Amino acid sequence: MNYQAVKAIYTFEMARFFRTLMQSFLSPVISTSLYFVVFGSAIGSRIQEVEGVSYGAFIVPGLVMLSVMTQSTSNASFGIYFPKFIGTIYELLSAPVNFLEIVVGYVGAAATKALFIGLVILATAYLFVDLTIAHPVAMIGFLLLTCLSFSLLGFIIGIWAKNFEQLQLVPLMVVTPLVFLGGSFYSISMLPPFWQNVTLFNPVVYLISGFRWSFFGTADVAIGYSLAAIAIFTLICMGFIWWIFKTGWRIRS
Amino acid sequence: MNAIVSVKDVQKTYDGGFQALKGVNLDIEEGEIIALLGPNGAGKTTLISTICGITTMTAGSITVGGVDIGTGYRKVRRMIGLVPQEIALEPFETVINTVRFSRGLFGCAPNEAYLDRILATLSLADKKHSQIRELSGGMKRRVLIAKALSHEPRVLFLDEPTAGVDVELRKDMWETVAELKRQGVTIILTTHYIEEAEAIADRVGVIRSGEILLVEPTATLMSQMGKKQLIVELAHPTDAIPDALAPYDLALSADGGKLTYTYDIKADRTGITSLLNDLQTAGLQMRDLQTRQSSLEEIFVGLVEEGAA
Repeated sequence: MNYQAVKAIYTFEMARFFRTLMQSFLSPVISTSLYFVVFGSAIGSRIQEVEGVSYGAFIVPGLVMLSVMTQSTSNASFGIYFPKFIGTIYELLSAPVNFLEIVVGYVGAAATKALFIGLVILATAYLFVDLTIAHPVAMIGFLLLTCLSFSLLGFIIGIWAKNFEQLQLVPLMVVTPLVFLGGSFYSISMLPPFWQNVTLFNPVVYLISGFRWSFFGTADVAIGYSLAAIAIFTLICMGFIWWIFKTGWRIRS
Repeated sequence: MNAIVSVKDVQKTYDGGFQALKGVNLDIEEGEIIALLGPNGAGKTTLISTICGITTMTAGSITVGGVDIGTGYRKVRRMIGLVPQEIALEPFETVINTVRFSRGLFGCAPNEAYLDRILATLSLADKKHSQIRELSGGMKRRVLIAKALSHEPRVLFLDEPTAGVDVELRKDMWETVAELKRQGVTIILTTHYIEEAEAIADRVGVIRSGEILLVEPTATLMSQMGKKQLIVELAHPTDAIPDALAPYDLALSADGGKLTYTYDIKADRTGITSLLNDLQTAGLQMRDLQTRQSSLEEIFVGLVEEGAA
């Protein structure tokens, strides 16, 4: 294992994050505040409690997940796409590193950034609503796993993308809708039975449900399913990345 | 011969069907500077990229320091530094951070003193904390070299290091390369500036259409392949070349004051002695004699045209 390489990639990627710390920090704070003002206070005041939790508090896990998933995907995809775009990928390809070291470096950094943003949003949420976390360890665990698995997805998108449009396409067309329709702002039990069943094909439902369980102890689907879903998703992404490096798909001619 | 890089029957066909390398064989000796000379699209960059692991080969085998580049890629790549043709650098990062990144990526523990020394050698010491985007083109190229040297490689590949670089900087670059050679680094550079190969390379490999046409010590190549010219300055200008001198295929200068005789130094007889005798017989008086050796450029053009014919 080339630990120096992992450290070098991780540090280099984090440096990009720290260069733009104010943007990285401010934008999630502002957007979360807006969500709370609009959904929590304006609309939320007219909504009854959902599953015994005030609506303002109910949307917190969904909001965190929404940001964490989109941030993980875009951070990781940008992290590996940018070297491809500016040509510095040559160095990575000619370095004594294997796919695991590259992935740990890039995905680790992207996940760290997303985790940081997730925690910032959580802290912001505390300013607006009363929140108690029923299972803090599980909450951190779910957050970490989500950051990691969506960073892996982002990494794949970054390798796949041939231009900036494609880079935006999947987060915009796939991740965001799945997250919105995955019960970020509602309990799927509020849907008609048919749509409840359809929703069960959305993998994000399991993640949000599990994450919400760690806050309030109630969930749309059993916690075991949530864990299984995130594990399967992570494994699929890892397998795909392994294949990318084995075949050199879109990176090595 | 102690070959540090050994390329055997390497072929590369790109997905589109283009065959960039057609069975290349090349042994590079430890400590030498070898220049790969060839026109655009000859396969120079493909060859370098293949040795460095950026491009996969279709057939053949390559060893570096006796280690196979496939099975022993970690060991091999630690020995190699690559300076690519295109300037590819993270624009918002500082010089020192990009160099530190490279050193780490190649598995070396941090060594600030060593990196400072490299930056000093490349006249980048005062730009250590500057962002890459603030640097001039020549400086960026030197940052690429600093990155390639950051992990103390034994073999350095320079892919057209002086393309688009002004004359002065080019000379600086040559000095840097010579200094690296003194430190024991083996250097492989590609170029289509013949004067570059002539000025710094110990050996020259000529590559065209994915094939190595020849590899020779620069001096041998010059003397073996070179045409030489004898320029005879006449004491009194002449209107025409006397018929008796026709077999020598002389060229007369416009003012009639100089005769140029081109001869092949590879030939058994250069014909100089008889020419001088015949000049005297023809009644032409000589004031001065000069000889001029053709440059590598002329040799190269000759070779490539010969190959294409």
